[in-house]
Amino acid sequence: MTSLEDLLVPYRGRARDALLPLLWDIQTAFGHIDHDAVQSISHTLRVPAAEIYGVIHFYALFHHQPTGHTTVYVCDSPSCGIAGADRVIAALSARLGVPPGTLTPDGQFLVLHSPCLGLCEHAPAALIARRGAGEFAYAPVDDIDCLLVECAQTRQTITSGEGVMLTRQPQQPAQTLPEYGDYAALRRALAEMSPHRVIAEVDAAGLIGRGGAAFPTGTKWKLTHAAPAQPHYLVCNADESEPGTFKDRLLMESQPHLLLEGMALAAYAIGASKGFLFIRGEYPEAARHLQAAIDAAAAAGFLGARIFDTDFSFDIELRRGAGAYICGEETALFEAIEGKRGFPRVKPPYPTTHGLFGKPTSVNNVETLCAIPLIVAHGSAWFRQWGTASSAGTKLVSVSGHVRRPGVYEIAPGLTLRQFLHDYCGGLVGPLRAVLMGGAAGTFLTPEEIDVPLTFEHLRAIGSTFGSGAIMVFNDTTDLRDVLRRLARFFQHESCGKCFPCQLGTQRQLEVLERLEQPLPGDPQRLRDIGLTMTEASLCGLGQTAASAVLSAMQRWPELFGETK
Amino acid sequence: MSANPNHTVSLTIDDQPVTVPAGTTLLEAAHTLGVDIPLICYHDATTANGLCRVCVVDVNKGRLLQPACIAHCQHNTVVETSNERVERSRRTILEMLSSAVDLRQAPEIQALLDTCNADRERFPAAARREHALIDDNPFYVRDYSQCVLCWRCVQVCAEDAQYTFALTLGQRGFHTHVTTLFEIPMTESPCVFCGQCIGVCPTGALKPKIEFGLENGLSPEEIRRSTRRPRKRQPQDEEA
Ligand SMILES: Cc1cc2nc3c(=O)[nH]c(=O)nc-3n(C[C@H](O)[C@H](O)[C@H](O)COP(=O)(O)O)c2cc1C
Ligand code: SF4
Ligand code: SF4
Ligand code: FES
Ligand code: FES
Repeated sequence: MTSLEDLLVPYRGRARDALLPLLWDIQTAFGHIDHDAVQSISHTLRVPAAEIYGVIHFYALFHHQPTGHTTVYVCDSPSCGIAGADRVIAALSARLGVPPGTLTPDGQFLVLHSPCLGLCEHAPAALIARRGAGEFAYAPVDDIDCLLVECAQTRQTITSGEGVMLTRQPQQPAQTLPEYGDYAALRRALAEMSPHRVIAEVDAAGLIGRGGAAFPTGTKWKLTHAAPAQPHYLVCNADESEPGTFKDRLLMESQPHLLLEGMALAAYAIGASKGFLFIRGEYPEAARHLQAAIDAAAAAGFLGARIFDTDFSFDIELRRGAGAYICGEETALFEAIEGKRGFPRVKPPYPTTHGLFGKPTSVNNVETLCAIPLIVAHGSAWFRQWGTASSAGTKLVSVSGHVRRPGVYEIAPGLTLRQFLHDYCGGLVGPLRAVLMGGAAGTFLTPEEIDVPLTFEHLRAIGSTFGSGAIMVFNDTTDLRDVLRRLARFFQHESCGKCFPCQLGTQRQLEVLERLEQPLPGDPQRLRDIGLTMTEASLCGLGQTAASAVLSAMQRWPELFGETK
Repeated sequence: MSANPNHTVSLTIDDQPVTVPAGTTLLEAAHTLGVDIPLICYHDATTANGLCRVCVVDVNKGRLLQPACIAHCQHNTVVETSNERVERSRRTILEMLSSAVDLRQAPEIQALLDTCNADRERFPAAARREHALIDDNPFYVRDYSQCVLCWRCVQVCAEDAQYTFALTLGQRGFHTHVTTLFEIPMTESPCVFCGQCIGVCPTGALKPKIEFGLENGLSPEEIRRSTRRPRKRQPQDEEA
């Protein structure tokens, strides 16, 4: 077995930004990070021991107390909730004789609740951490024995649609470098295009960021490129933790080189020679594919020093998150890479001038970056043949819940939600009750509202959002109060605790929703005051959207809250 | 952010025009007009992080309210330090806080609860952040049931003053709390008992042993005996 000393060797001389990778190595080897380990890390990286302890506490996949040889994280977010997550937890507790959160007496097993694992199309889902071996996703959980002993499982996500970006068939394994090609778009850009030309092309394509905030990518790159401080950094946001969202996972598992080429092009455009690919800790398979792809691309000379014999050099470092939705917020993501608790920073200043390590940084979503090689190769006019003027290009959506074919679809924005559910997803399972559009931070729609065209602008006009591109579908057997509680539990669990409105409001919102069947007088007004306060006064996007789904449900179904229509 | 000192911005705050150097916070500008804005986490001696949000004001009826303690004045903006949205946020934050934390020894926050018309009983059946009192050193006691999480103590112990790094934050969200490495007693931590944390704490969460002893009816002699020198936690400390 590896010793702590062995694990520390490669980290000697490194600084605080190596903290999360080192904590991962120790967590995987020993199942937890104890007092001695913290002291040794403190000496090795010269980080105060108390702060390391605070960091371990922040990330749900790091533990300061022993876990099991096998630790099972069972998703309890909405799509898994309606697919029987509670039954999985109950069956595991019955089998092991301990409730979730309690280690079995022999130290072998620990079962924990988890927020959405990004496997919603295969609900119910679980993540398994095996001491010394690492993490493995398991979904659907058809057999709880497989969670406790090693079992092979293959998953095929249904994908279809325009086939512009998503070109792999579900049964095909991850694309290898020879299958992908020789980074022709990057070669062409380095030979023929200035960084300004690349930015102008992306601008002309009308590409809007796919991570949720819907910011124009060309504008972000212009600002980053123009920032005087050096060096510049590129960060790929692969944290994908918005409940109901799994499109980035699919891209990374099936077409890793498309993403890497997109990152290289983005780095060229903004003037960066170092990129970080920050992927959520719950995506072990995607992380393995990406690391293999990075190594292959570097060996082929498509990454590294003087690419294609030009002056452009670019390296990509893969960083794993460790269980914190908030680290998808761009400034919290910087803190995580820098080895700190994932607290969002006050903005302004913005990342384009003061980002990672205080330097100009562009943060881009996986799907955004995957569109870049295509835009560079085919031009902006080609990209604009799909979608509308304000929602150009194809867009990936993740669909889960009560549809016949849950999966990832590549759509041309403009078709209606109704057409999409019927034509792409194989139709509904049972009569429709509600759609949650845009993820946990999105809004509910009633069956009467599904004629809305799926574009950024049409969704905004009805007070909804594309968000992360998640669509969760609920039929009339669904207990919407239960769905609301799962959403509220998610935000209560994921609030970083930095600002008072969200730190307190996510807890109070959950408490009121937990008693929806027996509300106290004044509860609807309490919910509204909590919700509006979080929305208007919170520091970051998490708190600002933590009441979005609840407030939208109050407007549509007042009777769920003890109010009359 | 560095601002050109010659550069000024003009705006109105509660209908009063004001011109200030660029980089001035809304709080500073409001003070020049004699306009009062409530504060909890802000402190002159510590880095402002915009935590409590009771200082929020309305700028141009924007989607988000702005924290006056850190937001800079913007040219040609209209600022309202009090209106329905602002008052709802302040009141609700204070109501949620008083349902979670023991504020009886926080006179300034008590006064805010009154001026903001906060109902102390607004959230019945609400979880409180309860922590056992920690009496583990001869100089001060820690009662985190009274902690509002302003971060001041953690900050002065770290880069804002002392560079001692005895304190950190544990867990996250509602359950966030101030703690030491693996909850070790202060006497085993790097703490040098400089007392700066006590000086900046806005509540009764951090209290000198002498004050705590007198409050609990101890005689000066009894207090002196329990505060003579730093040492590891001993049984008689518990009885003191
Ligand atoms: C709480 C929170 C979580 C987020 N999670 C993600 C995420 O997982 N992936 C992502 O790309 N963007 C996420 N975002 C948005 C990012 O902050 C940022 O806007 C985005 O990565 C920019 O990339 P884009 O312009 O390509 O969309 C999140 C934002 C918030 C407030
Ligand atoms: S809104 Fe929530 S997640 Fe964001 S800083 Fe505040 S407490 Fe943290
Ligand atoms: S103990 Fe006092 S100073 Fe420290 S965070 Fe709590 S309230 Fe603030
Ligand atoms: S994996 Fe369970 S809801 Fe997404
Ligand atoms: S005083 Fe401004 S956020 Fe606390």
